[in-house]
Amino acid sequence: MSTAQYSLGTLGRRSSSRLVIRRVAGRVFLALCLGATLSGIFALGVLLYTVSADGIGRLNWDFFSTYPSRFADQAGAKSAIYGTVWVMAFTALFAVPIGIGAAIYLEEFAARNWLTKVIETNINNLAGVPSIIYGLLGLTIFVRIMALDRSVIAGGLTLALLVLPIVIVASREGLRAVPPSIREASLGLGATKWQTVWFQVLPPAMPSILTGVILALSRAIGETAPLIMIGALTFIAFTPTGPGSPFTTLSIQIFNWISRPQPGFADTAAAGIIVLLGVLLVMNGFAVGLRMYFERKRRW
Amino acid sequence: MSSMAGADTSLAARARRRKLRRARELPIYGFLFACAMLSIITTVGIVFVLLEETYRFFEEVSIVDFLTGTRWTPLFTSKLFGVLPLLNATLLMAFLAMLVAIPFGVLVAIYLSEYAPPMIRSTVKPVLEVLAGIPTVVYGYFALQFIAPQVLQPLGQPTILSAASASIAMGILILPLVASLSEDAMRAVPQSLREGAYGLGSNKFEVATRVVLPAALSGILAAVILAASRAVGETMIVAIASGNQPILSWNPFDQMQAMTAYIVQVSLGDTQRGTIEYSTIFAIGSLLFILTLVMNIFAQWLLAKFREEYD
Repeated sequence: MSTAQYSLGTLGRRSSSRLVIRRVAGRVFLALCLGATLSGIFALGVLLYTVSADGIGRLNWDFFSTYPSRFADQAGAKSAIYGTVWVMAFTALFAVPIGIGAAIYLEEFAARNWLTKVIETNINNLAGVPSIIYGLLGLTIFVRIMALDRSVIAGGLTLALLVLPIVIVASREGLRAVPPSIREASLGLGATKWQTVWFQVLPPAMPSILTGVILALSRAIGETAPLIMIGALTFIAFTPTGPGSPFTTLSIQIFNWISRPQPGFADTAAAGIIVLLGVLLVMNGFAVGLRMYFERKRRW
Repeated sequence: MSSMAGADTSLAARARRRKLRRARELPIYGFLFACAMLSIITTVGIVFVLLEETYRFFEEVSIVDFLTGTRWTPLFTSKLFGVLPLLNATLLMAFLAMLVAIPFGVLVAIYLSEYAPPMIRSTVKPVLEVLAGIPTVVYGYFALQFIAPQVLQPLGQPTILSAASASIAMGILILPLVASLSEDAMRAVPQSLREGAYGLGSNKFEVATRVVLPAALSGILAAVILAASRAVGETMIVAIASGNQPILSWNPFDQMQAMTAYIVQVSLGDTQRGTIEYSTIFAIGSLLFILTLVMNIFAQWLLAKFREEYD
């Protein structure tokens, strides 16, 4: 206020009141921006609080060690947790080598021609395809044409295709961060292109690639729609016995519990959500830690 | 290799070995190339899968009836295949979600890009990105168990299920996407533009809203379109929270069924291949695919244009 009074004397009444208005408008706008940011954080807080408050009472050892039940207070997530682990293992098995392979091809080997351009544009577009479309793809190709049925492996393949763009983009960034001088030195010493990539480029790029892989898997672990599409069953009272076994996952089980009309299942769903978010938290924490650790160790 | 005992070290032999070594790597190139090509195959697969059943669908239903009909009753005995109720629900909910995500997201972006000190920025950004990493089934729960009963019903929403609660949850989900992409666009605006405006006597608010915001507009627009496309394709939130009534309505407190929610509803039932019900989900899927693809391509074109401007 004191500066406004000061300018009153020097600039005249009109321009000083304009100055005050401009200053106040600036303050109000900053408050708006800050308010928007805080409400985002607040929304996250409310969401986490709601879920925890609803579900924490249902969370005990029995929840992890028993199968789903018609009775909300006896329903457990054992088959869902095992199913999630199985499906994620197959997702990683397919998505990681193929994703890294595609990234290596595009970063290290591909000629700058129209085909490369098409592949790159295509990967960008695939990243924007709704996950439910991947469900239709999985349903037709894996479940029907390849006759894999509604199995762990069909689920893993479907989710692998879904997260492949994420793995590719992250791996490319990791590879690109390795300075060209490393490659040139290796090639100069007579190594072949592949030897250069395998022994010199890939090791230092590994942390970022691994971070990308973890992020991709944490996307996959929360996916529900594509697995519903390929017909992952929601009431399964056994753990998968192999790649061809039917399965359910945590996210599907949560969806199933949410859609039950009986009261009580909402809390069971919340308990499932706590487990799911807990797993995600551990995965993301691991990714962040990994990145920090290796950034400190980097040689350039 | 050349240091091996008894190895021929003449130049010609070395060249031969080098050639051999390269030849041995050919299968590796092949594998890497195949990995990259898989993305093309995936796209071709998606198009093929969608077209195959969509073609069957349009053998029985005229495309005009599909696109202009206002009743959607394929699961009843008197079947009508007008997609408008589903399309309307999808677009209305995406629009409402954007009403939440755009103002909040852009304001957050301005705060992070123009106002926040680096310390706050580097803590707030990851926290907000947690919102984008939460599985959508969790947002469905949040919409159903919190937004509807605690926020909207006190405001007069008649039922638990409604388009509005799903839209709000969706808005929260895509807020970080809008914020983070818009922030990238604003930070790409050259510092000299800001300095020029400061030099002419602007304050921070004026620089942010009259210089940075317009300069970053095409980038922000791209962010908005990408987020909208995400909302159009969003499945679990609408399947859980908006009800499954294919009603053509503009009232956000009504129950509605989005295109994605219909696909989920059908696949939860025991629908056999060869029936018209089975074909409907692919026809809807095609429409969804086209809609999101057009939005994504447009957004990428905008982004490329934006980068050209400032690189």
